[in-house]
Amino acid sequence: MKKLIPFIVIICTTLFACLALSSCSSEEVTTLYVYNWGEYISDGSEDTLDTNKAFEEYYYEKTGKKVSVNYSTFSSNESMYAKIESGSASYDVIIPSDYMIQRMVNEKMLAPLDLSKIPNYQYIDEKFKGDNVYYEDDSDNVYSVPYFYGMIGIIYNTDIVSEEDAALESWSLMWNENYTRDILQFNNSRDAFGTALYWLGYDVNEATEEQWKEARDLLIEQKALVQGYVMDEIFNKMSSGSAAIASYYAGDFMSMYEDNDALAFYYPKEGTNSYIDAMCIPKSSKNYDLAHEYINFMCEEEIAVANAEYTYYASPLTTVVNNAGYIETMSEVHPDAFEILYGEKANSVKSQAYLNLSADNLVLLNSLWEELKVENTIGNGIYVCCAVILSTIVVLTVVHTVKKRRRAKYYTEQPK
Amino acid sequence: MKNKRSWFDRVASSPYIVWSALFIIAPLLFVAYFAFTDRDGAFTFENILSLSSYSETFIMSLGFSLIATTVCLLIGYPLAYCMSKTSERTRNILMVLLMLPMWISLLIRTYSLMALLDNGGLVSTFLTSLGFEKLTFIGTDAAVILGMIYDFLPYMVLPIYTALIKIDRRYLEASADLGCNSLQTIFKVTLPLTTPGIISGVTMVFVPSISTFYISQKLGGGSFDLLGDTIERQFQNQITYHTGAAISLVMMILILISLAIMNKFSDNEEEIIV
Amino acid sequence: MKFLSKAYIFIIFALLYAPILVVILFSFNASGNLSNFSGFTLYWYKDLFRSGEAIEALKNSLILAVCSSALATVIGTLASFSIAHSKNKYYQSIMKSVTNIPMMNPDIVTGVSMMLLFVGVGLMFKLDNVLGFWTMLIAHTTFNLPYVILSILPKFKQMDKHLIEAALDLGCTPTQTFFKIEVPAIMPGIISGLMMSFTLSLDDFVISHFVSSPDFKTLPLYIYNQTAHEVKFSMYALCTLIIITILVLLIAVNLAGAKKDKAPRRKPRRIAKGELAK
Repeated sequence: MKKLIPFIVIICTTLFACLALSSCSSEEVTTLYVYNWGEYISDGSEDTLDTNKAFEEYYYEKTGKKVSVNYSTFSSNESMYAKIESGSASYDVIIPSDYMIQRMVNEKMLAPLDLSKIPNYQYIDEKFKGDNVYYEDDSDNVYSVPYFYGMIGIIYNTDIVSEEDAALESWSLMWNENYTRDILQFNNSRDAFGTALYWLGYDVNEATEEQWKEARDLLIEQKALVQGYVMDEIFNKMSSGSAAIASYYAGDFMSMYEDNDALAFYYPKEGTNSYIDAMCIPKSSKNYDLAHEYINFMCEEEIAVANAEYTYYASPLTTVVNNAGYIETMSEVHPDAFEILYGEKANSVKSQAYLNLSADNLVLLNSLWEELKVENTIGNGIYVCCAVILSTIVVLTVVHTVKKRRRAKYYTEQPK
Repeated sequence: MKNKRSWFDRVASSPYIVWSALFIIAPLLFVAYFAFTDRDGAFTFENILSLSSYSETFIMSLGFSLIATTVCLLIGYPLAYCMSKTSERTRNILMVLLMLPMWISLLIRTYSLMALLDNGGLVSTFLTSLGFEKLTFIGTDAAVILGMIYDFLPYMVLPIYTALIKIDRRYLEASADLGCNSLQTIFKVTLPLTTPGIISGVTMVFVPSISTFYISQKLGGGSFDLLGDTIERQFQNQITYHTGAAISLVMMILILISLAIMNKFSDNEEEIIV
Repeated sequence: MKFLSKAYIFIIFALLYAPILVVILFSFNASGNLSNFSGFTLYWYKDLFRSGEAIEALKNSLILAVCSSALATVIGTLASFSIAHSKNKYYQSIMKSVTNIPMMNPDIVTGVSMMLLFVGVGLMFKLDNVLGFWTMLIAHTTFNLPYVILSILPKFKQMDKHLIEAALDLGCTPTQTFFKIEVPAIMPGIISGLMMSFTLSLDDFVISHFVSSPDFKTLPLYIYNQTAHEVKFSMYALCTLIIITILVLLIAVNLAGAKKDKAPRRKPRRIAKGELAK
């Protein structure tokens, strides 16, 4: 029984710890569920402002009610959609991209916003309002408030990529055999196919089945050159220099540039994707008013500046763009930061937003993506090893069985 | 007396019977249901048939986990053997040292291996300083297999070690008396006696390594899609739940068959020994 | 030969521990990169605890592990009782094979099947938000059950059957017999089952990954979420803390075990001295 004592002690302390911890939060607390992209909010790490905590404090001061923000992240629009559609979890504020918002509006998954509860909406740049709000339905309901926007470009390492190759400012860099296994491709179907379609010069929203397949062939061809299909792992790989070429979001380029100043960036001349990520409230939300409060808070100048200085994405708020502190910070991060995010460079490039694909095209895209993913790149060494192991197992089994038979025979014959 | 006990027996087993029917059997039926229906809920074989396009994934996963299991066995058996030969005090310390990695979450172990192997990590910095040219580990098949070996090696060593400890010393003495040298003793006495340990070790390495997805995600750099990754990806998107269920079903059946074969193997073995 | 075997043990253990030691070392690294150690800092530890998320996840993990291991132990004890006492061979073998299913199945299949069950039931009854603490509890209890049953069943076999008969003859009801005779006899099995399921549940990631929801994140899920993006040194700090906790616990349990082993040795001496005769 003595053996039990330490264990019992462990269990008891555990229970006490649980009780002590849970008793701290026994007060009436409303929980607000926020679902956002990874690394997309100022979260208090490395001495930045913790936005969610700031909201909790702000709300407590304003109303005297306690609120706790439950913040979780997704890595693709599709996985976010799957989680919400399956009804397995409900959120109060989600921040998907444009085409996904359109799809969710079409499928009546979002609640219309009450703009009177979001006074800061007035500071949103005019170019995201009026005719340019394409996520509204027939009744002119607005479903989203822009959070950040930007474009996809190519990030490359000037130490490795030659100047002539980069000077082309083309998607072809992603298919350049000189940089085999130094290239990173998106790990989500829409963006990965996007790179191929833009390079081919096709319409990313209206591509025919043949064009999709052509893009798939191009991607399969690229698979031999690609180091990996990644999303946010790009940060680490590009800043440490383990990969040399990647297509990613302009804002993220600045974060990587901070860690590695050999990196450079361009928008491909063939055209690229522009996107807007916006805050929406799903129909299943149980805290409708609180969600509005949160969205409004995110558009406060101070908070939005903190977020913009954390993510380095382009902010749709005029207050942020004109904020002197913000302008100064960004020019410290990268001399061309404003130019890349808001300036000529960004405006002159042909760009196209993703639109919601038809159900047939979604299924097609999905099956093509699977075809790309199962395409094998492992060497023959694996197969040889495998064959050797399997044959050894077979030989051993046969030897074993034969031996066993012989022995059995020997023992049964013995008594005679 | 029997009557007296029976009511308690019946009551005692009922929670487990209900529980296993609801949460062990029913989920498997749900997997089968999803595998054999399409999105409208109509019966179809299409999901199973479409798996032919994943044959390479199946082969690759099988290959990776076979290699990992074999290497684990080749490293782990001598290790367990050496451990069993040390003094009791050292043995207990080594035991704790072996258990510690098993208690640490797989995520943490994989993540720490990644820290070591990453570009700009210690190994590559060290090799570069020795004058080797830039080497990439992450994203190679070797890294994924290494990850499996590293993560699951303790699971191979532990059952073999337990089996080795249990061997009656008199068998070894008898074998020596009958003229076997130590190598012959290992192959003719120790190895057959530890077969059950080997079998359970192989199972404990093979099953998790064929179904892993974290290791291939982190160490494969996103370029290796093993069975686990494929299944996980299918469940991120509602359209593909049915394909995911089909892959899971096939994988489960394959594993159960191979386990059944292996168990048969070990049962026969025991008959011979005893 | 002896030297060779020692060297071999040393090399393998060194390789096994190298990554772990690197993590511990670099969790104190002032410069946020992996290639060189530029100075000691506790910054990453502060960073880890700044947002209460890690603590919250730890709390959830502990609550879940305690609840699921307790539930699994109760159900598992009763189940192994009935399996051990059943005279029906058929029933015994069915129960044993059912018990084996979650153990032999890969984690990912168990997770997927659980998720399909919950989502399927949710769709049938039009429930929102099915995933959460309760689904996690069910899933964890389910994969804990086999371990509990398999550690208790052998104890029933080892038990002296005559004790039960004696108790019944002496007028105990079956329930009393169960609690007074059988439970104490199988106690070591219950404890090891409880312990095992506690650690398994604390450690599980794959199954939780499929049946979890954002309002109930356990520690492994938190780690997974954090490591899905960039390399974060605060995660190294968390790993270090976990490793050290486990090390301390293991040493404590082993020391207690060693003390217990020593205890019987003293007894004969006392008898010899006549101390027990008093």
